[in-house]
Amino acid sequence: MNRLLFEKVGRAKFISHLDLMRTMQRIFIRAGVEIRHTEGFNPHPYMNFALPLPVGTESVCELMDFDLTGQEPLPGIPERLNAVSPQGIRVLDCYEASRKFKEIKWLDISAVMFYDKEIPGADQVQALITGPELIMEKRTKRSSAVVDVRPLIHSAAVLPTEGGLALRARLAAGEQSLTPAQLISAIAGNAPAFAPDHVSFRREALYDSDHVLFR
Amino acid sequence: MNIETERVLSRVQKPARYTGGEYNEIVKDKSSVDVRVAFCFPDTYEIGMSNLGLQILYGAMNAQSWIWCERCFAPWGDMEEELRRASIPLYALESGDSIGEFDAVAFSLGYEMAYTSVLNMLDLGGIPVRSADRPSLTPLVFAGGTSCINPEPMADFVDLFVLGEGEELDIEVLALLRRAKREGWDKRRFLQAAAGIPGVYVPSLYEPVYNADGTLKEVITAPGAPERVKKRIIEDLDTAFYPTRAIVPSTEIVHDRVVLEVMRGCVRGCRFCQAGFAYRPVRRHSTEFLLDTARAALENSGYEEITLSSLSTSDFKGLPELADGLLSWCEPRKISLSLPSLRADNFSMSLMERVQKVRKSGLTFAPEAGSQRLRDVINKNVTEEDLLRSCRVAFEGGWNSLKLYFMLGLPTETDEDVTAIARLAGKVLDTWRQYAANKSRGIRITVSTSMFVPKPHTPFQWEAQVGIEEYLRRVKLLKAGITSKSITYNWHEPHVSFVEAALSRGDRRMGAVIEQVWRSGGRLDSWSEYFDFHRWMEAFRVCGLDPEFYVSRVRGEGELFPWDVVDLGVTKSYLARERRAAYQGAVTPDCRVKCMGCGANCLLERRACDE
Ligand code: SF4
Repeated sequence: MNRLLFEKVGRAKFISHLDLMRTMQRIFIRAGVEIRHTEGFNPHPYMNFALPLPVGTESVCELMDFDLTGQEPLPGIPERLNAVSPQGIRVLDCYEASRKFKEIKWLDISAVMFYDKEIPGADQVQALITGPELIMEKRTKRSSAVVDVRPLIHSAAVLPTEGGLALRARLAAGEQSLTPAQLISAIAGNAPAFAPDHVSFRREALYDSDHVLFR
Repeated sequence: MNIETERVLSRVQKPARYTGGEYNEIVKDKSSVDVRVAFCFPDTYEIGMSNLGLQILYGAMNAQSWIWCERCFAPWGDMEEELRRASIPLYALESGDSIGEFDAVAFSLGYEMAYTSVLNMLDLGGIPVRSADRPSLTPLVFAGGTSCINPEPMADFVDLFVLGEGEELDIEVLALLRRAKREGWDKRRFLQAAAGIPGVYVPSLYEPVYNADGTLKEVITAPGAPERVKKRIIEDLDTAFYPTRAIVPSTEIVHDRVVLEVMRGCVRGCRFCQAGFAYRPVRRHSTEFLLDTARAALENSGYEEITLSSLSTSDFKGLPELADGLLSWCEPRKISLSLPSLRADNFSMSLMERVQKVRKSGLTFAPEAGSQRLRDVINKNVTEEDLLRSCRVAFEGGWNSLKLYFMLGLPTETDEDVTAIARLAGKVLDTWRQYAANKSRGIRITVSTSMFVPKPHTPFQWEAQVGIEEYLRRVKLLKAGITSKSITYNWHEPHVSFVEAALSRGDRRMGAVIEQVWRSGGRLDSWSEYFDFHRWMEAFRVCGLDPEFYVSRVRGEGELFPWDVVDLGVTKSYLARERRAAYQGAVTPDCRVKCMGCGANCLLERRACDE
């Protein structure tokens, strides 16, 4: 199994997951890098993404698995793909995959929370999310439950920045997860005055259960 | 991208349509170009990016080092609302700069229902919608495209029209604009000079005078402006710009594939078809050019589908060689080839079988009329035998889905002609029963009708539209005639066709109606979500114009038309002759069989059409 590490930033962050798959497929074709197709009635290129990225979120740590059909040397692949990629999608590395995506347990995110009116104190926001508990209502399609999501936050730091607050946090990923958007709604739910008017998110890094960088 | 725009994008549906940054997008240094053009398409990104003309002209303009041409599409309602609320002017995708800052704002006008979006886009860009309210040279607002063959309804808003094919003409206009900017000309002087470029129509230099009955009496032409403006064509297509590095959208569009234009114009002379007359004479690309271009376009895009485009692809002389050449390249690469607008009459079995190997999609035929009599009237030279033979080939080959397109309200149509549509569909079903390779999957036949819109520069330009009530009566009649469960009947709403009929043969007074509709909230009128018939009727009332005057009136043969100022090569007397032939049910052979002297050959330097 071959793996790509790529970033999706700037304008490209608005490309949806479905469109990203199509875009990736075309990048491979343009680069002349042949990849394995699935078998069956409607064959399509095999591409497996670690954690689908929400539209509007940037990332510098996206992972995608695929199989080369040829014997191309992996180190040359990023350059070939990058030469034919749209703005904002850039392959950083290509290597033989050794670990399974399900080993991903933590995700570093950064976010800028923008406020149109008063910007809350960074310390207070940090105190809220790193306090003893953080209760929120987590809704699924069928039910909703009041839960403490604090255990899903490994660490978090909030600093003032232009127009708002810069947040950096390591959040649980995988099966038991807290998405950055959920974290923001937990903040807003507990302290309406801390609710930002706009947030821009970025995924920074992936980790396993021992907080070792996952790649 | 600045944070304000980003905020807006995080709140709208399908934000990728508003970001730019796609592969093959062209970015230049704005300080190093002389003329910046915002190429505006008055419909959504998905529709506009599927438009081959846009990709051609974008490439052709940007091939000039001194021009930077960027794209701009009509925002959907949610985006418009967000832009207005955040006071962000409509911006071009490449630079993100407001279209109001550009030297030129060029609109592609393919169909009348986009007119209100033109006004809306100008307004969103902070540009006054009326030409008269824009005293300065820039931004120059110009327009081209099929519906400009009657430029009058948009004459109040557009500074100049480019008539015909734009690959050379647009650049000539922009070169003059560059000079005007450099030498500090005012707008008036520029427009005067621009009127001297063949193919340019400057509406402010023409003043219509009306008779008491509302018809056009005469047009007073300013000194220096040509009496009639002859459309421009590219005589040798192979030498003109053709994009092999087209922009590849990062989000799904309507035609997500390589579009290969094989020829322009059409040798047939279907009397209802505006494009058939507007794009005369026929010019072809060479097969070698097409094969080279197709390979390059596929390699540079990563698309897995290519489609051949023209008004009637099966009339392309070298089609078998071209299809063979393409298929032998495409098949090993798993690229599919689609061949739309094949005609039922010369449908090639072997070709279809080869295409089918790669992908089998639904088939579409457009007999347009149900009876042979009416098909002769409209000069749609397809016989029932042709159609059924093609269907047989298709069904034997395993196709099990077929669409049939018809128009209701064609001149001379009787109830007998209407019910003939149901009978024809029934015969298609019988053909399936008799010849289908595999009946277990069933068959889906879809019959669609739309209300006929008489168009300028066609033999039916004198005709009345049948009217909404009458159309609906015929729909009912047809519906009653379709009894089989295997045949689905879809009829298009007639209200849009009614407005389209008014706009397409409108005069300059129609501008007030378009503006009124836009001011009362109209835009994206080709979308049922936005189209509001009552808004249009109300606007006609407010402006004191009777829509029936434009829609339901049979014109006298000698009447001066607002669009007569446009010279497409095809003469008015030829169109009149064709109209008389229509009433006699006399068919006109296509240009390959016999030249009927339509006049379009005069557009060619060599003065003679192919074949
Ligand atoms: S001049 Fe003759 S051959 Fe040429 S387009 Fe007209 S009818 Fe056809």
